[in-house]
Amino acid sequence: MAEIKVKITIDGKKYSVPKGQSILEAARDNNIFLPSLCYHPDLDVKANCRVCVVEIKGQKKLATSCSTIVKEGMEILTDSPRVKQARNLNIELIFAEHIEKCPTCTLRYNCTLLDLARRYKIKISDFPDRKGKRKTYKFAQAVEIDGSQCIDCRNCVDACSNMQRIDYLEVKGKGIRQEIAPTADKDTDCIYCGQCALHCPVASAQEQDNWSQVEKLLKDKNKIVVAQFAPSVRVTIGEEFGLPYGQESTGRTVTALKKLGFKHVFDVNFSADITTMVEAEELLERLQDKKAKMPMITSCCPAWVKYAEFYHPELLPNLTTSRSPQIHLGGVIKTYWAKKMKVDPKKIVVVSVMPCTAKKFEARRAELKVNGLYPVDYVITTREFAFMLKKNNINFGQLPESQSDKIFNEGSGAAVIYGSSGGVMESALRTAYALACRDDKAKFCQSRIDFHEVRGLGDIKEAVIDIAGKKLRVAVVNGIGSISQVLANLKKYDYIEVMACPGGCIGGGGQPIPTTAKIRKERIMALYRIDKFKEIRKAHDNKEVLEVLAWLKQQKLSHPVLHTKYKKRIRTK
Amino acid sequence: MDILTKIKQANLVGRGGASFPTALKWEAVKQADSLAKYVVINAAEGEPGVKKDGYILEHYADRVVDGARLAVEYLGATRCYLFINPKYYEVYRPRIMKAVKAAKLEKKFGFFVKPHQAGYIGGEETAILNALEGKKIEPRLKPPFPTINGLWDEPTLINNVETLYNVSLVDKGEFHNERFYTINGAVKKKGVYAFPADWTIEKVLRQSGNYPNFPFFVQVGGDASGDVLNQKQLKVPASGAASITVYDFKKHDSAKLLRYWLKFFQAESCGQCTPCREGTYRLNRILEKKKVDWKMFQAILTDLSETSFCALGASVPVPIWSYFKNILNNKNVSL
Repeated sequence: MAEIKVKITIDGKKYSVPKGQSILEAARDNNIFLPSLCYHPDLDVKANCRVCVVEIKGQKKLATSCSTIVKEGMEILTDSPRVKQARNLNIELIFAEHIEKCPTCTLRYNCTLLDLARRYKIKISDFPDRKGKRKTYKFAQAVEIDGSQCIDCRNCVDACSNMQRIDYLEVKGKGIRQEIAPTADKDTDCIYCGQCALHCPVASAQEQDNWSQVEKLLKDKNKIVVAQFAPSVRVTIGEEFGLPYGQESTGRTVTALKKLGFKHVFDVNFSADITTMVEAEELLERLQDKKAKMPMITSCCPAWVKYAEFYHPELLPNLTTSRSPQIHLGGVIKTYWAKKMKVDPKKIVVVSVMPCTAKKFEARRAELKVNGLYPVDYVITTREFAFMLKKNNINFGQLPESQSDKIFNEGSGAAVIYGSSGGVMESALRTAYALACRDDKAKFCQSRIDFHEVRGLGDIKEAVIDIAGKKLRVAVVNGIGSISQVLANLKKYDYIEVMACPGGCIGGGGQPIPTTAKIRKERIMALYRIDKFKEIRKAHDNKEVLEVLAWLKQQKLSHPVLHTKYKKRIRTK
Repeated sequence: MDILTKIKQANLVGRGGASFPTALKWEAVKQADSLAKYVVINAAEGEPGVKKDGYILEHYADRVVDGARLAVEYLGATRCYLFINPKYYEVYRPRIMKAVKAAKLEKKFGFFVKPHQAGYIGGEETAILNALEGKKIEPRLKPPFPTINGLWDEPTLINNVETLYNVSLVDKGEFHNERFYTINGAVKKKGVYAFPADWTIEKVLRQSGNYPNFPFFVQVGGDASGDVLNQKQLKVPASGAASITVYDFKKHDSAKLLRYWLKFFQAESCGQCTPCREGTYRLNRILEKKKVDWKMFQAILTDLSETSFCALGASVPVPIWSYFKNILNNKNVSL
């Protein structure tokens, strides 16, 4: 069916635009710039910042373009004297409530507020700041909300409530006393997903940054500082430097990390293959054990793990005991790699570059220590990584490609899709398929690589997969906000993947801003493209992984490096 | 003749302040296709200087409830809420309940006492819906309008106390287009008076025995958001919620008045939109300065008028501009 169009005029030029669009959408589709701060395609229109105002002929007041639907014959002015005056003043008023912390702000190189101030030549110090004494709320080691930077747009609250359905953040007080704060409800707690940060236009909600500690350590001659980067980072980091959405940058990422001073750079794809092996084995064991807790549920998303520990401790026995890829690799680096390199594990500093804020929390879980050491010492987000590069004038787009340290390879195609919702499930299925046939117990065997039924951006993806003659009922939860219907029907499934962030890690709370449905889709497509052209596409075909696993077994390190346990959590403050 | 036709013929308009044709609201809710519909009686009365809803509840609770009953029956509403100012609830609850029982409306009727922190904005109709739903008390984005998408997303009729009182009169053929005037300030006989709606402000003041014998000016339609008029401008009917507050021209203090308005608006701003939250705050700070930046002061007022989210923000310039223009002749604007 053809789309119904309406004719409108914007700044004297005629356009034919889809019916039902807002003026803002119509303008942007036609490459007409309109500023916005509180507008985000992921969220309901709130129209509270009043920065996207336009003049509509025949209307007394100015209209917010985000909340005004186009009508046939509408004549719109986006930059008339009236618009200029009101829009610029609103930007100025917003700037006055935002205490600038630009020198150390990770958003400084792509800050919407600064861009608008430059574009419209707005004086940013006209009013004395009124939020100087606002509190900073810190959520574990992961996320924080700095009230002094908040511009009251409420995107964080909507991301937390309407998208993630956690309802941890609230608007408290009214008027100028209004503040974003954690709920007093002790039955609600932050899961550290960082969607608040991802949707904040001014870095008031942001990761608790670690780039400064990392910077210091990189100068410390007594330390061996190594980096490991997550599957999804390779398809998102380029966006920070103007590369197209979905551009793969594995080689450039390695070069960039080396340029920052990391002696060794490892690809978490390698350990994602380890995770798949551990998880697939466990799945098959559980399937054969009639007493085993079913369904089995993935545990590589630390925000989901926190959710389960707080909201559904009864489900903890269902979570796979497998550690996550970053913890696997950290553990392997401080055991296997340390041994091979003949270095003291205590001297090694492992820095993860992650799409995620909750990974910062995961890294500080004491139960994950191996021989008394944290597998991962610091986690920086994709945004922090980009900030460090920009700060050091490293032009990412121009970098040559290089390869990660050869001792571990770049992982299989199954590893790279960990970055997408459904990817962990698909990787495990590829391997479980093969492992089930390994001991010839299966009635019939077949090789299968692509599991399209668990891919895509649907909220819940369900499938029944034939695995060695058994019917495996699987579900993929794409975004914690959609989890309730799966939790209500647990008995319907044997294996469930949960990713707290919509789209999976490519939509993680530490990813570049903006992240929207359109951008998530591009990033996901990029991951599946990489997978498709990989020589090795299954974790169990990764020989180096098998070698490492064998070594760990021989050293009796399998359990401490590969497995973990969970505990019920309550809110303490 | 059904009630809607009667309302149409009477040309009844809302008495909450916006003067929106009552029939249009009723028709929209009637036509909306939904299993659940709601009626909300707005008795929040938060505008300073307006006391007529309290007066009506004191004297004509039965009429108000009768108007609500007519709405409930005509619309087939599921439930009817009286969103009421806590002061009125304390005093008038018994007589309202008596009227509810007499109208056989108990099963569908519920009180909802306006929370104390709700303030001025707690009388805005979509803010009332938020209050009823337990959400933050502040206006909603419109459209959708409450008549289509109101309480719990269902079609909802929100009418002011006086409007429903008039509906009852219309139904019985007793409506003579009168309205309730609250008269305050430098007058001898403060109070609420019922007079024809088309009377001029001057006539209302004279007939109530309140016309001053000294130079004065008035604020009409609320002590905060109302228009300020000089003595020569009183040949028009009272607008808004029809309050008339008289100021003694010689005794009044410009700076005090200006600060009163601006402090009120800053305190009552819900905080949702930039111009109102930040603008009212900045206006107050500007006035505190020794050298007042009138250019910026005016720019912020224009901004409020042009880009506010709701009528509260947009009404901030109303008293100030009309005071400057009508009383100070736009001259000597200094403190």
